[in-house]
Amino acid sequence: MKQKQWLDHVILILGALFMIIPIWLIFASSTHNPNTIISDGLQWLPGGNFTQVYSDVWNKSIGFSTDVNAKSMIINSMIMGLGFAIGKIIISMMAAYALVYFRMPFASLWFWLIFVTLLLPLEVRIIPSYEVVANLGMLNSFSGLILPLIASATATFFFRQFFRTIPNELLEAAQLDNAGPIRFFLDILLPLSKTMIAAIFIIMFVVGWNQYLWPIMMTTDESYNTIVMGVKQLLSDISQSSQPRYDQAFALVIFAMLPPILVIIIFQRWFVKGLVETEK
Amino acid sequence: MEQRQQFTHSALPYILLVPQIAIIAVFFFYPAAEAIYLSFMLEDPWGLSSTFVGLENYSIIFNSAEYLQSVFFTLGFAVVVSFLSLAIALLLAVKVNNILHGKSAYKITLTWVYAVAPAVAGIMGGFIFNPHIGVFTDIFASLGWDFSLYTNPFDATFVLVLVSVWKQVSVNFIYFLAGLQSISYAVNEAAMLDCESDRRRFWTITFPLLAPTGFFLLVINLTYAFFDTFGVIDTLTSGGPGGGTTSLVYKIYRDGFIGTDIGGSAAQSVVLLVLVLLLTWVQFKFVEKRVHY
Repeated sequence: MKQKQWLDHVILILGALFMIIPIWLIFASSTHNPNTIISDGLQWLPGGNFTQVYSDVWNKSIGFSTDVNAKSMIINSMIMGLGFAIGKIIISMMAAYALVYFRMPFASLWFWLIFVTLLLPLEVRIIPSYEVVANLGMLNSFSGLILPLIASATATFFFRQFFRTIPNELLEAAQLDNAGPIRFFLDILLPLSKTMIAAIFIIMFVVGWNQYLWPIMMTTDESYNTIVMGVKQLLSDISQSSQPRYDQAFALVIFAMLPPILVIIIFQRWFVKGLVETEK
Repeated sequence: MEQRQQFTHSALPYILLVPQIAIIAVFFFYPAAEAIYLSFMLEDPWGLSSTFVGLENYSIIFNSAEYLQSVFFTLGFAVVVSFLSLAIALLLAVKVNNILHGKSAYKITLTWVYAVAPAVAGIMGGFIFNPHIGVFTDIFASLGWDFSLYTNPFDATFVLVLVSVWKQVSVNFIYFLAGLQSISYAVNEAAMLDCESDRRRFWTITFPLLAPTGFFLLVINLTYAFFDTFGVIDTLTSGGPGGGTTSLVYKIYRDGFIGTDIGGSAAQSVVLLVLVLLLTWVQFKFVEKRVHY
């Protein structure tokens, strides 16, 4: 069996290359002079313009009418990712706590009302959703960007599943000690949920950061550009230009990917645990 | 289900539920109901008035060649993307589980693509297969494939599938690897004694044990191919050439938001809703029964 391991490695290296090559090509090409790319195509080896290109894209407004640069768009994406993750966690933990730990009338009605939202993604009700947000005067605002995306029960579902795996005896013990529901939540449930919260936070941050369709519909004001939208805008800019600044577009692509990738790599253990545990 | 110990408290659970219920009422149920309502209405071109037209919007879309093309494209695309991303991920997960050295390096390399936005993946694909600067266009040309992303529907679909699969392999890989690692050592040992061939052991022991994970992932992947590939399509092909890569979701967006055919777009939303419900129903009734846990 041992001697066949090299074959496994060959397959895995091919798989790893499949994953890495696209990003490497874009990165290596971003450090070249744009004329090199226009005449010779994408480059396999890095060039010498790294500092220049990346500091330009970070600080200067490129292809946008107002003062929009990678820095401002990354800040918007951060607000979007964090707002989405935190909002979703708070709202869904509250709802899941109510559903699992309280006896109340119409419990199953509430349950189904919440979980039916899993079936119908935002894309399908996109136009009426847009109208609702427009009528509420929330176009071009962070609340308009974030709130409609929170209206799906994925995290509520995860927390409900998780709360149900927590042994019942803990609640019985807490009740013997006269702990009320708020006490029980803060002192027992919250500490037990730490890993779960971290995992869901990471997943939701990435989901929020990567939003695309909703932000492009919702915002007309460039100062709300998230970086994912910014890349797309620069792309249409490039297709009209006679001297396309491919290097800057590539650098912006790298900026758009870097934060979520770093989050995933740094918190890999939690993230994987979260994904896999929520399946049950 | 065993009865759980619960609190009885009159007001608190409702207070806890209010934010969630309020948000889904305003941003989910109202728009969803509106979509169903609008699908029976015809708005005049200025958006001033609308009249009830019954099922006309539905009969229009089902008689439209464009819509049917989009249905076929979406179904085919979803099947191919799901199959390829599952197959590649399974192969890689089995290999990572097999090897002794370098496990964690491979694991990291194969998982971080999860973090790349579909739209950004599409943009990268657009650069890499660009007719002017894309390196692969040249490589294909030297192999005799006259590759053209922007004019040939087959080539456009090829790139869409490739990018969508690239983006999706990592999620599947994570689940498959977790599934493989949960297969107990004793089962593997026993199988090893009974059966020499690696391949047979995989198909008779490992594969059936992974089936629940696989079916769960199948649904995730189909949903991904239906909905989340919007970003890939919009940045890579914009549904072209000649509407050849317009998925159902992309068409809803195009007709409703750019083409301002609100009624038609709403009717398409309802059809898609029925499709999703059907998929969920199949998952619960058919798949869950056939897979032995």
